[in-house]
Amino acid sequence: MLGLAFFALFVAAWAVATLGGFVSATFLADPVTMLKDGWLLLTRFGFLHDIGVTVWRVVGGFALAALVAVPVGIVMGAYKPVEALLEPFVSFARYLPASAFVPLLILWAGIGELQKLLVIFIGSVFQLVLMVAVAVGSTRRDLVEAAYTLGSNERSVVRRVLLPANAPDIAEILRLVLGWAWTYVIVAELIGSSSGIGHMIIDSQSLLATGQMIFGIIVIGLIGLVSDFAFKAGNRALFPWRLA
Amino acid sequence: MSAKLLVENVSRVFPGVRGGEPVTALQPTHLTVGENDFITLLGPSGCGKSTLLRIVAGLDRPTTGRVLLDGREVAGPGPERGMVFQSYTLFPWLTVAQNIAYGLVERGVPEAQRRETVAHYLDRMGLSGFAEHWPKQLSGGMQQRVAIARALANDPAILLLDEPFGALDNQTRALMQELLLSIWERDRKTVLFVTHDIEEAIFLASRVLVMTARPGRIKAEVPVDLPHPRGYRMKTSPEFTALKARLTEEIRAEAVLAAAEH
Repeated sequence: MLGLAFFALFVAAWAVATLGGFVSATFLADPVTMLKDGWLLLTRFGFLHDIGVTVWRVVGGFALAALVAVPVGIVMGAYKPVEALLEPFVSFARYLPASAFVPLLILWAGIGELQKLLVIFIGSVFQLVLMVAVAVGSTRRDLVEAAYTLGSNERSVVRRVLLPANAPDIAEILRLVLGWAWTYVIVAELIGSSSGIGHMIIDSQSLLATGQMIFGIIVIGLIGLVSDFAFKAGNRALFPWRLA
Repeated sequence: MSAKLLVENVSRVFPGVRGGEPVTALQPTHLTVGENDFITLLGPSGCGKSTLLRIVAGLDRPTTGRVLLDGREVAGPGPERGMVFQSYTLFPWLTVAQNIAYGLVERGVPEAQRRETVAHYLDRMGLSGFAEHWPKQLSGGMQQRVAIARALANDPAILLLDEPFGALDNQTRALMQELLLSIWERDRKTVLFVTHDIEEAIFLASRVLVMTARPGRIKAEVPVDLPHPRGYRMKTSPEFTALKARLTEEIRAEAVLAAAEH
């Protein structure tokens, strides 16, 4: 309830600032215009297609990153030598800004879908590896020892202890980094793109259509909110032992 | 009495932390545990008794010496040496029944037989209504009962317990002691039990081994000839009280030493 109240307060402040004439409409559209523009976008300019494309890119790039990063992170967290081998490089790589790769990736992969996926992949994969490795590395030592005294070998400790023990944390990490992936996709779409939410936003800028731009940004926020809810509901269903 | 477990000249020196002096946790120790023996290792905290138990479990390596179980040298942890820890080590993502079945799954025991074994131990531990509970939903005493059941389900050659009731309140602890003892009185499983509680050490054991303050070594061996089955009333009997008085003297000197060192 309190959360909803703050949303209302935020929109109210925005409405007062714009409708009250405190801010020029050239720079910031009022909420009503934003909704009208949004309706136009959806009904006349095929914005639903843009949303679909962007969601596909985020999910695709992020799924690729997770597919690589989660196993690598688990192995890094479980085996000290692997960690010693990879940790310094991954720590270095994760500071490389994904957005800076955009021009380079356009050279390598053109301006097609592959380039968009790669931006998201590079932006997420190193963060994921490191966070998963830290989570797995901090598994309770006594649980691992208990497994050994019950007859587990190293492989089965990974499969039957490290994996299930950290699955909720890994899901939480995925949820967090997915939020960052949304930033990368928009950056990728701002440059050299012919579709997607980011493309629409940069198009609207040249027309000074701030209502459309804000609508695009709010749509991203809403999608993020929905995916967050989905993740949380999924975690509750998958990991009932956490809540018991 | 045949030797089930043989601890030969086992010592443990921990390397110094950040260039500090190495710490001797355990002086060279000899120990023979017979088949069906119930041994308690009694000592002040930090005396190396847990280190000794961890070495027997294979979770720690001795600096010198070796441990033999049924004539075979211990090289690492294994299911024939079941262990119950002081901390609650049930796997929180598995139900009570799945926890007990953990080792059975590891050995590839067929499902039907697994269910039978699990039901048997649930029953013996008084946990029958709790098969599908998560560990989080159980009290400390119940969690440790499941932990004991989980170790016993593997039918280990020896059961190792590292202050398993140390975190429980007095009443629960007394009940757990009686439960463990009743299981031992029926199965006569070989047990090595670490504790710093004198009463617990006497009540459970056929022999109490008293350890010195760090660096630990076994300084006295006290046989407990109290008859079985033992009940809680025994704790107030003259024989029990006499043993308690004797062990209190033995342990007090060590506790004073240990306190002076810290």
